[in-house]
Amino acid sequence: MLNPYELLKELTRLHGGSGDEDAVRDRLTEVIRPFVDELHTDATGNLIAFKKGTGSGPRVMLSAHMDEVSLMITHIADMGLLRFRTVGGIDPRILIGKRVLVGPDRLPGVIGTKPIHLQTAADRKNATKLKDLRIDIGANDKTQAENLVKLGDRAVFDYEPVEFGDNKLMAKGLDDRAGCAVLAWLLQERYTFDVYGCFTVQEEIGLRGAKTASFAVMPDYAIILEGTTCYDVPDTKEHLMSTWLGKGPALTIMDRAVISNRPLVDFIVETARQNGIPYQFKQTLSGGTDAGRIQGSGEGVKVATMAVPCRYIHTPVSVLDRGDFDAMRRLASATLKRLPELFGRT
Amino acid sequence: MELNDSLKVLCGLSAVTGREKGAASQIAALFEPLCDEVRTDAFGNVYASCRGEGRNPRTVLVTAHYDEIGLVVTGIEDSGFLRFAAMGGIDAKTLPAQEFTVFGREPLYGVIGAKPPHLVSAEEMEKVIPIDDLRIDIGYSGDEAKKRVRVGDVVGFRFPVIEMKNNRMASNAMDNRSGVAALLETLRLLKGLRHDDHVVVAATVQEELGLRGAVAAAFSTAPDLGIVVDVCHADMPDAPPDDQFPLGKGVAIAIGPIVHPARTKEVIELAKRERIPYQLDPEPGDTGTEAAALQVAREGIPTILLSIPCRYMHSTVETISLDDVRGTAQLAARFIAAGPWKEKEGGTTC
Amino acid sequence: MNDSNFVEMIASIAQAFGPSGNERNVREVIEPMLSGCVDEVRVDALGNLIAVKKGAGKKIMLAAHMDEIGVLVTFIDEKGFLRFGNVGGVSPFISVGMRVIFENGTVGTVWYEEKMDSMKELKLDRMFIDIGAVSREEAETMVCVGDMAVFCGEAVETNGRIISKALDDRAGCAALVALARMMPETENEVYYVFTVQEEVGLRGARTAAWGIMPDMALAVDVTDVGDMPESHHMAVSIGKGPTIKIKDSSIVCHPDVVSRLRSCAEKAEIPFQYEVLTAGGTDAGSIHLTAGGIPTGAVSIPTRFLHSPSEMISVEDLKGVVNLLAAFIQAGEESQEEDLSSGQDGEDTNDAGEN
Repeated sequence: MLNPYELLKELTRLHGGSGDEDAVRDRLTEVIRPFVDELHTDATGNLIAFKKGTGSGPRVMLSAHMDEVSLMITHIADMGLLRFRTVGGIDPRILIGKRVLVGPDRLPGVIGTKPIHLQTAADRKNATKLKDLRIDIGANDKTQAENLVKLGDRAVFDYEPVEFGDNKLMAKGLDDRAGCAVLAWLLQERYTFDVYGCFTVQEEIGLRGAKTASFAVMPDYAIILEGTTCYDVPDTKEHLMSTWLGKGPALTIMDRAVISNRPLVDFIVETARQNGIPYQFKQTLSGGTDAGRIQGSGEGVKVATMAVPCRYIHTPVSVLDRGDFDAMRRLASATLKRLPELFGRT
Repeated sequence: MELNDSLKVLCGLSAVTGREKGAASQIAALFEPLCDEVRTDAFGNVYASCRGEGRNPRTVLVTAHYDEIGLVVTGIEDSGFLRFAAMGGIDAKTLPAQEFTVFGREPLYGVIGAKPPHLVSAEEMEKVIPIDDLRIDIGYSGDEAKKRVRVGDVVGFRFPVIEMKNNRMASNAMDNRSGVAALLETLRLLKGLRHDDHVVVAATVQEELGLRGAVAAAFSTAPDLGIVVDVCHADMPDAPPDDQFPLGKGVAIAIGPIVHPARTKEVIELAKRERIPYQLDPEPGDTGTEAAALQVAREGIPTILLSIPCRYMHSTVETISLDDVRGTAQLAARFIAAGPWKEKEGGTTC
Repeated sequence: MNDSNFVEMIASIAQAFGPSGNERNVREVIEPMLSGCVDEVRVDALGNLIAVKKGAGKKIMLAAHMDEIGVLVTFIDEKGFLRFGNVGGVSPFISVGMRVIFENGTVGTVWYEEKMDSMKELKLDRMFIDIGAVSREEAETMVCVGDMAVFCGEAVETNGRIISKALDDRAGCAALVALARMMPETENEVYYVFTVQEEVGLRGARTAAWGIMPDMALAVDVTDVGDMPESHHMAVSIGKGPTIKIKDSSIVCHPDVVSRLRSCAEKAEIPFQYEVLTAGGTDAGSIHLTAGGIPTGAVSIPTRFLHSPSEMISVEDLKGVVNLLAAFIQAGEESQEEDLSSGQDGEDTNDAGEN
């Protein structure tokens, strides 16, 4: 049996900016190949696994995205410093003082800032803009930098996972390697219905991979496994916290991309109650997941999203609670096992 | 140990300003094989002395501070998050999404997060998040956190050393562990050079709080010459050009009211003669370095200031060139060995 | 000393006139209180009052400052109004409508130029003192340019608390006096130092420390609290015991002194709080930088409404200060070493900082 938590840690160490998910896909391919009946990578880069059911029933798609937020080199400036843009949503204010790896050779680099000693009063008040940030790889000058880095090269965060506090895990890319790890683990089981396990690409730049994956699969039901926003920190109004760490996986009723299929959500809640698994509802309506794309495929798909709350997502230091991760795995598994009951109802 | 290795070891130590003691023994251990005697004073200043071979030896004090900026816990919230204040000149911009070690009853991992961009308004994104609005997350509930952390515990940055192209290295503690590395290298070079004068090399504390360690060091060693090694601002695209000393182009030698004019002239001449790359660093004010404290310590100590160019000072990615560290040490060691001030003593007016 | 004597003693010290540089009256109140309790009393060139209880052990310096904030007359206009500057940290907003008193007993009211668009513009140089004089000549018979005055604020006891002017730092002075009068048994040589000119830059303590060259020192002063409605954040409350200072802007207290204080408080079961003060300094700041450096710490009295004529402290907190100081000067070396080896301050645990 897979150890889902160890797999999670391993996956967060891999780098996979949107459109550049190869390392994650290669590892996941190795991991799930023994459990699945068919496996292929589609034209956009989604990894799609098929697992034949033991009986008949609707097609169920399970989906998690492989990509993470990253940076792209857009200009090689004077002094050999690199200008860049973000690939996916990153608050430029969190980039100062971070370590990154640039390009296919993973050159170590850092993002600096004008020292506090040289800042004006306005500098101290106003946030640094993305256009004023640079990656420094130690190049002597522009020419040397041009030999080391190409425009379009990716820069990824260079952060190792750390276990700390009361059952907490800090890692980059928990959004959505947490979903990937759970999905890989779920594929070990055989279900009565056909299951398509889709590890999608390019979620962070507009839910792009899921569009082609769901078109190919044309599922009846889809459950999206995610890492979601959580901001349960002091001085935040409770209704703006989105989710709480340690209160179980979060179910989405509605976000900017989808209104979940209510019967499916209710069924998941029922499952959680029956099994004594904690769950919560995501409170904010911001963001969107692959569920939006999948729901709109073909004649429409019944979707629900289940997510591990992650503090500080879209930074290199996101944090989850291992209890939540474990609860999401158990809830997803329990739901799938009794999913045929739901087919009967509808 | 190679210079880059010793710098890595030095950068790995945690010595938040005012609470440096834990690092003192490790710095003493690095000094030990390179000198005649090592001692640590009540504040944590670490002194390494090498006896001079001359008949009337004087004392040269070479200082580099080893404290670093950090944070101090000011409150533990019921939710388990920690409130904090700055120890030294912390730039609030450098704190979000950063890792820390909280020196509680036991060292604890902590992280300062950031609101996910999905929840940040465009207006908010324009503003720097003030320190008062940030919290350290140690992953414990309020009760558990209170068992492990006390108000007053210090917090250090947790950031590995990054090795980059062209012998450049980045760390949160280059200000001023690169200076301490230069002290080590100076001691190593002095072993191969004859020097008439006693040399006391001091890794000092509490510089970031106002040069406090150097005050004690200057008093207790009563030197005849002071050499201060610290960092200065390297070249950066958005910094004023007169505050930029390019990385890798050599040690910056300060010129100005707080350094001794004759000694400074001599060290510049020496650099030229020995072909040690250097840059001139005009300093109209007090520099904010330990040179300012040494100059007016006791009855006055003739002092020179050698600076290692450093990019992004007071951030987690302070970046230096190892070549500059090596050059700084060469210049300091040769200057001590040459002892030019003695021959000229009669003729110099200053 | 019973409670009412204790309160009376605090009040009499607090009410003495003593802006920075003019601490003579305070000294004259304190000095007789020490008679018979110490071996030697001297006054140094700056006016610090230094009382010594001899001993063969370590030299321990305890410092509380005698001076208080006040105002200094800079100009007298033709109508007899006084213009003034600050002696120490005087807030214009707190000063409006307050009474000030000069050493000779002249009293005046502080007011401001009413032609002002917004109170935000209120600065001391737009304020004046009215002593009832109708002309410059008349005013000059009462006060001179250069005279100092202090804010009036009588001492009141209310529900275990004292409200008075100048509890900063007469409360600290009272703690030292009470301690000296307890005549605690100790091997150590104890210096009870009542310093001058703290409010204008920790000046008296500097020369006092140089003269004494103690092995260890403590400043005893007041500190801010964070327990009032919508206070700025500070984990110190009134009534929860003395504070052991970790840092302020003048010092990061020596870890050995901090741990000695902590173990003394724990052994004597004195409730205490840790103090991290982000702005402001104490005598400890200048003491610890004396000569080659002196291990120094500070014990503080949580005080509300600092630098106002109505500063408030808790009598219990002040008793806690006295007891903590007594334990501190009586502690032997072993209590300190024991704490050092425990490594609980995190100073000996650097590995975690590595990565």
